[in-house]
Amino acid sequence: MRKWRTIAATGVLVGAGLAAYPVVRTMASDSDAQDFAQIERGRRLATLADCAACHTNKDSGKPFAGGRPIETPFGNVLAPNITPDRETGIGNWSDEDFDNAVRQGIDDEGKRLYPAMPYVYYAKMSRDDVKAIRAYLATVPAVHNKVHANQLPFPFSIRWTMYAWDWLYFTPGEFKPDKTKSPEWNRGAFLVTGPGHCGACHTPKSFLGGDETDQALQGYAIQGWFAPSITGDKVRGVGSMSIPDIVALLKTGHNAVTGVAGPMAEQVADSSSHFSDADLKAIATYLQSLPGGNDKPPSPVAQDDPRMKAGQAIYRDTCSACHGIDGNGVPSLFPSLVKAPQVHAPDPTSNIRVVLRGVRSAATEREPTAPAMPSFDWQLKDDQIAAVLTYIRNSWGGAAPAVSADDVHKARDELADRSD
Amino acid sequence: MAMKLPKKDVVIIGLGWTGSILAHELTDEGLDVIAIERGPWREMATDYPPNYVQDELRYHIRHELFLRPDQTTFTFRNKTDQTALPIRTWGAFMPPNGVGGGGVHWNAETWRFLPSDFVLRTHLTERYGANFLPGDMTIQDWGVTYDDLEPHYDQFEYLCGTCGTAGNLKGQIQNGGNPFEGPRSRPYPNPPQKQGFGHALWGKAAAELGYKPFPQPSGNMSRPYVNSLGVRQGPCTYCGYCEWFGCGNYSKASPQTTILPVLVRKSNFSVRDQSEVTRINTDRSGKRATGVTFVDTSGKEWEQPADLVILAAFSMFNVQLLLLSKIGQPYDPSANAGVIGRNLTHQTMSSVNGFFDKAKFNFNPFIASGAIGMCIDEFNGDNFDHGPLGFVGGGYLGQVQTNGRPIQTAPVPKGTPKWGAEWKKNVADYYLSNLKGGSIHASMYSYRDVYLDLDPTYTDRFGRPLMRMTIDFHENELKAAQYLTDKYAEIVKAMGAKIVEKEPRKGPYDITKYQTTHLNGGAVMGADRKTSALNRYLQSWDVSNLFVMGASAFPQNAGYNPTGTVGALAFWAAKAIREQYLKNPGPLVDA
Repeated sequence: MRKWRTIAATGVLVGAGLAAYPVVRTMASDSDAQDFAQIERGRRLATLADCAACHTNKDSGKPFAGGRPIETPFGNVLAPNITPDRETGIGNWSDEDFDNAVRQGIDDEGKRLYPAMPYVYYAKMSRDDVKAIRAYLATVPAVHNKVHANQLPFPFSIRWTMYAWDWLYFTPGEFKPDKTKSPEWNRGAFLVTGPGHCGACHTPKSFLGGDETDQALQGYAIQGWFAPSITGDKVRGVGSMSIPDIVALLKTGHNAVTGVAGPMAEQVADSSSHFSDADLKAIATYLQSLPGGNDKPPSPVAQDDPRMKAGQAIYRDTCSACHGIDGNGVPSLFPSLVKAPQVHAPDPTSNIRVVLRGVRSAATEREPTAPAMPSFDWQLKDDQIAAVLTYIRNSWGGAAPAVSADDVHKARDELADRSD
Repeated sequence: MAMKLPKKDVVIIGLGWTGSILAHELTDEGLDVIAIERGPWREMATDYPPNYVQDELRYHIRHELFLRPDQTTFTFRNKTDQTALPIRTWGAFMPPNGVGGGGVHWNAETWRFLPSDFVLRTHLTERYGANFLPGDMTIQDWGVTYDDLEPHYDQFEYLCGTCGTAGNLKGQIQNGGNPFEGPRSRPYPNPPQKQGFGHALWGKAAAELGYKPFPQPSGNMSRPYVNSLGVRQGPCTYCGYCEWFGCGNYSKASPQTTILPVLVRKSNFSVRDQSEVTRINTDRSGKRATGVTFVDTSGKEWEQPADLVILAAFSMFNVQLLLLSKIGQPYDPSANAGVIGRNLTHQTMSSVNGFFDKAKFNFNPFIASGAIGMCIDEFNGDNFDHGPLGFVGGGYLGQVQTNGRPIQTAPVPKGTPKWGAEWKKNVADYYLSNLKGGSIHASMYSYRDVYLDLDPTYTDRFGRPLMRMTIDFHENELKAAQYLTDKYAEIVKAMGAKIVEKEPRKGPYDITKYQTTHLNGGAVMGADRKTSALNRYLQSWDVSNLFVMGASAFPQNAGYNPTGTVGALAFWAAKAIREQYLKNPGPLVDA
């Protein structure tokens, strides 16, 4: 039903589409290859924007040479080659072309990009920011690697459907500081809503994949995980963490109560672990100021519920060796199931996934251990996993919706098809 | 024909404790290092997760983590006039395999040897006269002293997070620690583990008899620990599945939990697992190693050239590779000449079984760790007067019951039937009120007729001769075992045991009875190249760009677990390579 609606709506919107967008082709990059300050600024911005995450295929390992599949709810898009190779990269692009792509979502031929490229967020950067990124990218080794980016099924394979999408979900325009807030808050707001593109995963999406901006950063299920709320919500978000806790998490992948995993582990390792402490503090300050959802946390499942009793027995038997009888874990090694926000997320996708698949946390310079949790899919049945997760989510003062055996069953099926 | 790979600065054979330490130290020096490991890559959570690793059948009975004898094995005999036969099931010792090596499956008992252990022949000769030692005993000084190694013991302990109570801080004897130990420059990084009831009661009885009991130094964590490289371990849960198991709780010091997470992040480090080094290659002069040849699981042969070769396999395989590569003069017992294969040693493990009144004593033996326990050191090394006793050497005595695992913990007094109602009753009566074994962990000194050489008959799958062990206990060791067992039994009696059964180690050396995996010697270090394969920096006397790590360098075995000393020697050798050898490659000691 939902799929049908998506297709129908897309078709209607496309009908109101626009004619080809005129783009003036200019000279290739006019940046000064000796302008150290600009190149260095570009390198820092490219790290903040984590360009390498999508544009580097982990298998080939060649930076920015593209080819990595980016999963969207509508199919895969391959990240293009953004090295200076003239034939297959962006060597022939003008600075204007590059700016259009990064901040307008329009490529050098005037075609609309898919929002897997987070131009919706990158638009918050200034023209000078983007020129600096271009100047930096002009210095990385050129790699000849032809990428056919569009792997989407019909009708999403039709690029000009994106006009309608942009019309609905894209507000161009640079970041405008809020004069009533501190410079630190504004820096954080710029980083989070701009180059950091945190909302790409953490903000709930409409059925067409556009941001529900009134619920910014309140958590969203994506790529087989639930990217949790990173608002100031004290239970589900980062509101109960101190500023240094949030800084440590982004810098090292670990803090006193939790550790990062999945796509976020990659983000920390490649991107935020290289941010300056001042930038991380600014991000933490901004995130803590954001409102959580309005819905009240549920009341906990009753302690004498049979699921809780079974869950406790399973927990003590299989989880407590690392996470402790009291759920407190070990700081920076085994997450606290009492305090880690992910544990009480309304959507248990990540909880179920971690138990079924096991998980490895991030390895960083400061925290190289990268502790891992084993997989339990062979050992615990659907109802046992549901019980233990229900117990974990509703013990030690916490409360979150119970997990059903059916949830686990569905997750098992979905994970069976996932190679990541 | 071997495929030749691009040259590296350093090739390391074996990625266990010493291979990991050397790889870390030499990559820090900026060198391009490759490690070649015979067994598989292994990780904590995926290879021995806490949700199934407590499987006694799989790991203890069926030897999951060890080298499979059908890949390669040793031949064994007691005496030179016997014909050695291949070992087809491991018994007396358990050769490790895979990344992490023995550091994965050890108990994590992390001792330092006594200062006198390193100058053993000099010390004993000075104290008792040259004639006191048996004529065929070939013990010798190490060429390195406790003081040389102290900073490196410290390095290894802070890498591992060793838990214990110092007994000697910079010469000041400390209450509660081992008063016989050499001076240490600072306390252990972590407090000792908690002790179970049996361990504590044994310690109390030992103290009442006038001894100075102390907690065994443990590489199982008493609390969360961040080591000198920033790698974290979690607290031990006292599950009692350490020895022959990996610890997926991140609470047992191993290369995986202390050093590999840092090593694998380095761009100048790489590893090839499932690849068996078949020889160390030398140039025409035989005095310079040019790299190694190895075979992968497809049977494909590769040559890895390198400027520096670090041999860091298990002791026996170190010796085998030296012999097969024709490096150093093979030992010949009849001529008492040559060095490779000389001074093989093992240990004598004895035990005392105490059976207690179940109404009064409940030891809960399953609450344990591999290196838990209380020990005394009054009867180790030369801490006691051997003059009237007619033997040398000794060991620590410890109540170190490490587990109450279901298959092998079925204690019954002698005379109990092997099955049936009475057997069941006795097991039920004594499971909780028996102190199983007890550790009488004694030295084995070296002898002219205990050695390693290449077997004349049996070969491995490549047609290479198997390593032949010729080993038996001598009267000196058996006397020591009896003496220590008697002393231990007095303590168990003092605890209030109803029945005390003594099991001193008896000869002949039996390949089916587990001792320890502390097979040492065969490529020993020393000051004189006539009696040692390696100089004091673990550098081959014959091939100066070859360093040989591990317990194969021990000239004789002490009454302790060897890993602390193995780790200290690795850091000591790494320092010599970094500070001396790389500046001026060549022999570090003139000979």
